[in-house]
Amino acid sequence: MIDHKHQDIDAATGTATTGHEWDGIKELNTPLPKWWLYVLYATMIWSVGYWILYPAIPLPSGATRGILGWSMRSAVTQDLAELRADRAPMVNELNKSTLQQIASDPKLAEFARAYGHSAFGVNCAPCHGANGQGSKGYPNLTADRWLWGGTLDQISATITHGARYGDPDGHQGDMPAWGSQGLSKQQIDDVANYVYSLSNKTTDDVSAGKKVFADNCTPCHGADAKGNPDMGAPNLTTKIWLYGGDKDDLIQTITYGRGGHMPAWGAKLDPATIKALTVYVHSLGGGQ
Amino acid sequence: MSLWNKHAIFEKNSIILSVGILIVVAIGGLVEIGPLFYLKNTIETVGGVRPYTPLELEGRDIYVREGCYLCHSQMIRALRDEVERYGHYSLAAESKYDHPFQWGSKRTGPDIARIGGKYSDDWHRAHLNNPRAVVPDSVMPRYGFLADSPLDYRHVREKMKVLRVEGVPYTDEDIAQADADIKAQSSPDDTAAVDALDKRYPKAVAHAALGGAATPTEQDALVAYLQMLGTTVDFKLYDEKANWR
Repeated sequence: MIDHKHQDIDAATGTATTGHEWDGIKELNTPLPKWWLYVLYATMIWSVGYWILYPAIPLPSGATRGILGWSMRSAVTQDLAELRADRAPMVNELNKSTLQQIASDPKLAEFARAYGHSAFGVNCAPCHGANGQGSKGYPNLTADRWLWGGTLDQISATITHGARYGDPDGHQGDMPAWGSQGLSKQQIDDVANYVYSLSNKTTDDVSAGKKVFADNCTPCHGADAKGNPDMGAPNLTTKIWLYGGDKDDLIQTITYGRGGHMPAWGAKLDPATIKALTVYVHSLGGGQ
Repeated sequence: MSLWNKHAIFEKNSIILSVGILIVVAIGGLVEIGPLFYLKNTIETVGGVRPYTPLELEGRDIYVREGCYLCHSQMIRALRDEVERYGHYSLAAESKYDHPFQWGSKRTGPDIARIGGKYSDDWHRAHLNNPRAVVPDSVMPRYGFLADSPLDYRHVREKMKVLRVEGVPYTDEDIAQADADIKAQSSPDDTAAVDALDKRYPKAVAHAALGGAATPTEQDALVAYLQMLGTTVDFKLYDEKANWR
């Protein structure tokens, strides 16, 4: 405690010291600047306003609610309502219009692409890539090859119902695992060579593989190996591969089968967002 | 102004200072924490929240063990941008069976309170094995080793018993069936067992174990946990206004 009656005053500054001394050095007990102190007191008084206006003081039966009646949850609900009201004119247009009308109306299509782009970033980009470029196992949406069809209606159906994700209207059907379903290692090797030859120049004799293909693969991939979007069977004559196109990849695919999953977004996203996503994906480069 | 100089007592006596701090912190704690234990509006009234299945519980322990919470929060705040991106803001009721909870706001990675069902199991596996295979600019470490580690669930019953002491309503039957439930949830083809699991834990989803193996791996458990996050509450039935404070 400072002994005010016997304060030790520093001669040079006229300020009291704390009374301690370290090898002849004393610590000044300089008071806080007045302006600083008054600002501190002002903030204390200011805080009383908050106690009155906002939820503040915890009581046994719950905190005081404040005369503004503010709550974080009602505030965010209001924020979202304002956001929806801002978007309402265009979103209502999306709801009213068919996909074809949206795509052919420049103003509406521009809105749908922007709206779809942001929904794509949140929901689709983790698998299909930030620009829809896809990655191994996740289809590239910018190319003009489509597993399940690339018209507006087909894209919309794929987004809404997904693929192999429990939705009965979703795309079903896997590529079977031929390694455990009747093909020998030699046959798989042959047919992989044949499929490889469809999109690559090769001098190998692929007639054995061609026969295996004709006997087993044509129901889905077609006699010309150009695929069938109704079954999600890819065209094997292009150089576009979902699971890799070198011979090891092909042997892996044929032996163990394939069947990727896409969530059914109809349960998570509202119809306007799905329409916007459809138009956005359709506009990425490959829309039919 | 002599009263203003009394603080020198605290500044010069460490014991008195400690006691003073203790008293101030205790008052703050009692006033702020105490009411949470008996006020009804601490935890919202909401349907659908259920305890974790044994497999999800094991997955959750791996999530905690690997420190996933250091980068991922499980708390969508009531802010417009968060609700727009992640979905409905999180409710206290949704983490009432979490011991400890996984809330937070530091997000090196995104919030995952509602990640369940958003992406496929395959995506989660590919992403855990090498995040950059699917998200090129990700900074998440690889967790491929989880796929090579068989899940050690010898202690799952003890864990459930401890959680029951903490207030998670596991029944004796739940605990007795823990091993069977773990097997059921990692073999979706065994429909009878999956139905039994579903009766105990509504909306539980069975996930095929990697390569159809008999014993689930740590990755299987983690994926089962991730795929149920945020899926239990049906927000169409949630009365927002009745739960405002």
